[in-house]
Amino acid sequence: MASRDDIKFLSNPKIGGRKKKYCRFKRYDIKYIDYKDPDFLLTFVNEQGKILPRRITGNSLKYQRKVGQAIKRARHLAMLPYLTDLLK
Amino acid sequence: MRNYETTFIVDPVLSTEDIKATAQAYVEKLQKEGCEIVFVDEMGLRTLAYDINRRSNGIYYSIEYTAPNGAFLKNYELGFRRDDNILRFLTVALDKYGVQYNADKRAGKIGKAKRKKQEKPAKTEPAAHGISRKKADSPSLTGVPSGDAESFKEEE
Repeated sequence: MASRDDIKFLSNPKIGGRKKKYCRFKRYDIKYIDYKDPDFLLTFVNEQGKILPRRITGNSLKYQRKVGQAIKRARHLAMLPYLTDLLK
Repeated sequence: MRNYETTFIVDPVLSTEDIKATAQAYVEKLQKEGCEIVFVDEMGLRTLAYDINRRSNGIYYSIEYTAPNGAFLKNYELGFRRDDNILRFLTVALDKYGVQYNADKRAGKIGKAKRKKQEKPAKTEPAAHGISRKKADSPSLTGVPSGDAESFKEEE
């Protein structure tokens, strides 16, 4: 059986490994999400203004819900659009 | 004593005195009910993300206050609904983290994190609100001490 050192690959086998996603609120200990801060909320919204899913943003469930609530409040106050194009 | 925060948008076509008088009237309504006003934030003229009543911008005000219970809210919001100069309003009950966040924001403790701090604190990293985002050309908040790239220090 050829040992690991003998096997040569054409491309790096580590390619395609994903960066470990984490909840930024848990890591940086942010407890409150301000709905009046549209710049921060833009990071959780795609170009059409839709809320990004948790598997993309990496948020934990608790904070994803808070983010969603903050975005909906910001939309009500016309700080974020409900639907656009080319938001970012 | 519960903490509340009311944000409302005033019609921009009014004269400056009318706008201030409208906002002041709502602040006084709260004071008459016996609510303690913590802070009145004039966020100023902002462009709306979508048109409301055919207007494309509005004057934002945010009042933070405490009240013994929610009994005042019914009449207070009725006032907002009846007023033609108010485009939108939103009342939120703040939890302790919200109160803390607002206090820190006023003290200037919340801002963008500095890149690559030399000495990292052993336990927790400095909590940075809005990490790694470009500085957008958004209208700056007036009447609020803005955090000029001061990193948020954990005080615990």
